[in-house]
Amino acid sequence: MTDTNASRTAPKASLLTIDSHTKRRQAAEKRFRVYGIVAIVIGMLFLAVLAVSIIRSGLPAFTKTIVEVEFTLTQDEFDAAEKQLFKTKAYAGYFNAALLTKLREQGLDVEVDAKAIERILGKTGGTIREFYRANTEQIGQPVAFKLAAASRVDGYFKGRVSRDTLQDSRFMQLSDLDLVDALYSAGIIRQVFNWTFITGADSGVDNPGGAGIGASVVGSFFMMLVVLGLSLPIGVAASIYLEEFAPQNRITDFIEVNISNLAAVPSIVYGILGLSIFIQVMHLPQSAPLVGGLVLTLMTLPRIIIPARAALKAVPPSIRDAALGVGASKVQTVFHHVLPLATPGILTGLIIGLGQALGETAPLLLIGMVGFVARGYPDGFIAGFTDPNSAMPAQIYTWAARADVGFYEKAWGGIIILLIFLLTMNILAVILRRKFERRW
Amino acid sequence: MNDMRFVETRVTTNEAKFTAKDVQVYYGDNHAIKDVSIDIEDKTVTAFIGPSGCGKSTFLRCLNRMNDTIDICRVEGDILLDGEDIYDKKVDPVQLRARVGMVFQKPNPFPKSIYDNVAYGPRIHGMARTRADLDEIVEKSLRRAALWDEAKDRLNAPGTGLSGGQQQRLCIARAVATEPEVLLMDEPCSALDPIATSQVEELIADLRTRFSVVIVTHSMQQAARVSQKTAFFHLGDLVEYGDTGHIFTNPEDPRTESYITGRIG
Ligand SMILES: Nc1ncnc2c1ncn2[C@@H]1O[C@H](COP(=O)(O)OP(=O)(O)O)[C@@H](O)[C@H]1O
Ligand SMILES: [Mg+2]
Repeated sequence: MTDTNASRTAPKASLLTIDSHTKRRQAAEKRFRVYGIVAIVIGMLFLAVLAVSIIRSGLPAFTKTIVEVEFTLTQDEFDAAEKQLFKTKAYAGYFNAALLTKLREQGLDVEVDAKAIERILGKTGGTIREFYRANTEQIGQPVAFKLAAASRVDGYFKGRVSRDTLQDSRFMQLSDLDLVDALYSAGIIRQVFNWTFITGADSGVDNPGGAGIGASVVGSFFMMLVVLGLSLPIGVAASIYLEEFAPQNRITDFIEVNISNLAAVPSIVYGILGLSIFIQVMHLPQSAPLVGGLVLTLMTLPRIIIPARAALKAVPPSIRDAALGVGASKVQTVFHHVLPLATPGILTGLIIGLGQALGETAPLLLIGMVGFVARGYPDGFIAGFTDPNSAMPAQIYTWAARADVGFYEKAWGGIIILLIFLLTMNILAVILRRKFERRW
Repeated sequence: MNDMRFVETRVTTNEAKFTAKDVQVYYGDNHAIKDVSIDIEDKTVTAFIGPSGCGKSTFLRCLNRMNDTIDICRVEGDILLDGEDIYDKKVDPVQLRARVGMVFQKPNPFPKSIYDNVAYGPRIHGMARTRADLDEIVEKSLRRAALWDEAKDRLNAPGTGLSGGQQQRLCIARAVATEPEVLLMDEPCSALDPIATSQVEELIADLRTRFSVVIVTHSMQQAARVSQKTAFFHLGDLVEYGDTGHIFTNPEDPRTESYITGRIG
C-alpha cells in the first residue's frame, strides 16, 4: 500500500516528455528492427547473386550454334559421288562448294579450305551422304542442311572462346575465326534454341554440344514415382498410427527418437545402405530408377513423417473430442475430421521431402545412377523402372566433373532445369496448402 | 445469492438412469475421484458443482467413457446405465457415446457447414435413409437447440463462422441429433455472454422432458436455476448430493455451505 501512496504523491510526468527508460526501450526496438532488415537484405542479396550467376552461366546451354546451307544435289552428282573411292569426301566437296557460292553471293571474299570447314563443322560428308541415301526422292530438290558447329565455334559465339585465348591447334586455328565471322555476316551461321539439351541424352565426353538432360529427367521422374508411391502411404500411415493410435510407452518413445535421428542422417549413408542391401543382397539392377527410388524413399520417410506428425498434432484436440462425443469411432474421427485438417501440413511436408529427394545426389552416386545413357533416346524411350539411367542432379554432377569446358554451361543449364522443377513443386505446395486450408 | 430461484423443488421419484458405485479414477498416481457412488435420475437435470480441480469433469467424462482417450487415466468401480455396466469388456464405447451425448466447455463445431455439423452423428449411425430424412433430423435438432430461425438460411455456411453462443447451440443441436438418452454438459455456458447463457438454460429446461441432463457448472445461480438435483464435489469426494433446493437452502456438510456461500472455491 505504501507504494501506491508514494506514486500518487509523486509529481505526475507529462506523457509528452519521454523518460530515459522509454528512450532506451525505443532504441532497443529500433535496433532490433534494423538487425532484421539487414538480415533480410543480406539474404536477398545472396539469393540475387545466386540467381544471376546461375542464369548467366546456365542460359548458354539452351542455345547452340548451327550452320544452315541450302543446296541441291543433282542425280548426276549423286551417281558420280557414289562411284568414287572416298565417297563422303565427294559429298563434303559439294557442300563446301555450295557454302562458298553462298559467301560469294553475299560479296564476301575469304579463304575457304576444306580443312577449315571440317574444323568448324566436323565431317559433313557422312551426314549428307546418309541423308541422300535414306531420302533418294530429295535428289534434285533444294535441301536446307542444318549442321551443328564445333564446340569451339559455339564457345566463340557464347564468349567462352576468343581470339586472345584461342591457340592454334588441330581443333581450331585463329584464321578459322575469320571464316566464322564471314559466315556469321552472311547469315549462314547462327544461334538457335537447343532442343537437344531439353530432350536429349548425355553424350560422349568430347561432345558437349550433343549433351542433353532429357534422359535424366525421365530417370528422375521414374525415381520420384517410386518415392511418391512408397513414401506417401507409408509416411502418412506411420504418422497417423504414431500420433493417433499408438500407446504412449517406451517403444513408441524409442521409435520417435529414432525417426528424428534418421532425418538427420547424411544422405550418403542411405546410399551405402542401398548399395549393400538392394544391390549386393537383393541383387536389384544397378543404376536403376527403382533402386534410386527405394534409397530416396528411406531418406525421405523420416522427413515426411516429422512434419506430418506435427500437422496432426496441430489439429485442436477439441475436434477429436467433438467427434468422439457424437459417437464416432477412433478411425472415423481420424479420417473424417483430423486428417482433412492436417492435409495442408502433410502435403507441404510431402512436397518439401520430395523436393529434397529430387535434388539429392550423393546416394545416387553410390548406387551407380550416373549411368551414361547414350542409346537411341529419345527414339528408344527409356521407359523402365529397371533400365539403367541417370537422374538430374547426378547428371549435373557428371557434367561438372568433365574436362571439356563445354560441359560447364551444361551443368549450369541442368541446374536451371532442376530449379524449375523444384520451384514448380514448391508453388504446387503453396497452392495445395491454400486450397485445403480451413480455419477452425 | 438473492436471485436464486428454484425452478422446481419437488422431490423426484424418477428411476435411476446412471448408477455409480464406488468409482475411483486415477490419473497416473493422482487419485482424482475417490469412492463416488451416485444415482443419476432419468428426465432430470443434475448439476455437478464444486471448486476447480475437484473432479467434476473427470467424473462426467466417466459417464460416456471419454476418459478412455486419456492414456494415463484408470477407472475402477461400477457405472451402470439402465442396469448395464458401461465398463464391461463387451461394451463398445462408441455405441455408448451414441446414447450418452456430450457438450463441451468450449464450443467446438467441426470446420464444416452448419448442416454437416448436425448431420454428422445421424450419418455415421445410419439414422437417416434418405436425404429428406436427414433434412428433417437437422431441422428438428436445430429447432430443439433454438438455432433454427437463425441458421435456416445459412445451413451451408461454416459452423465456425457463428457467434460463440450460436456455436454452443450448434454443438447442442449436434449432440441431440443422435437422439441420446443422456446429455452431458461440461460448463456449457462458461464461454457465453448472459443472453446466450439464458438461451442455453431455457434449452436445458426444455431438453429435460426427453433426456436426462447432467451439467457441470461454476455458477451457483445456474445450478439453482436449471437443476433439480445437485451434487457437490470437493477434492475428488462427492460431499453431498440431493435436491437442489435442499442443497442450496439447507446444506448438511460445512464444506458445501462454505462453497455455496462463497468462502471456498
Ligand atoms: N488429462 C488429465 N491428465 C492428468 N490429470 C488430469 C487430467 N484431467 C484432469 N486431471 C486432474 O484431475 C483432477 C480433477 O480435474 P477435473 O476433473 O478437470 O476438475 P474440474 O473439472 O472439477 O475442475 C485435477 O487434479 C486435475 O489435475
Ligand atoms: Mg472441468
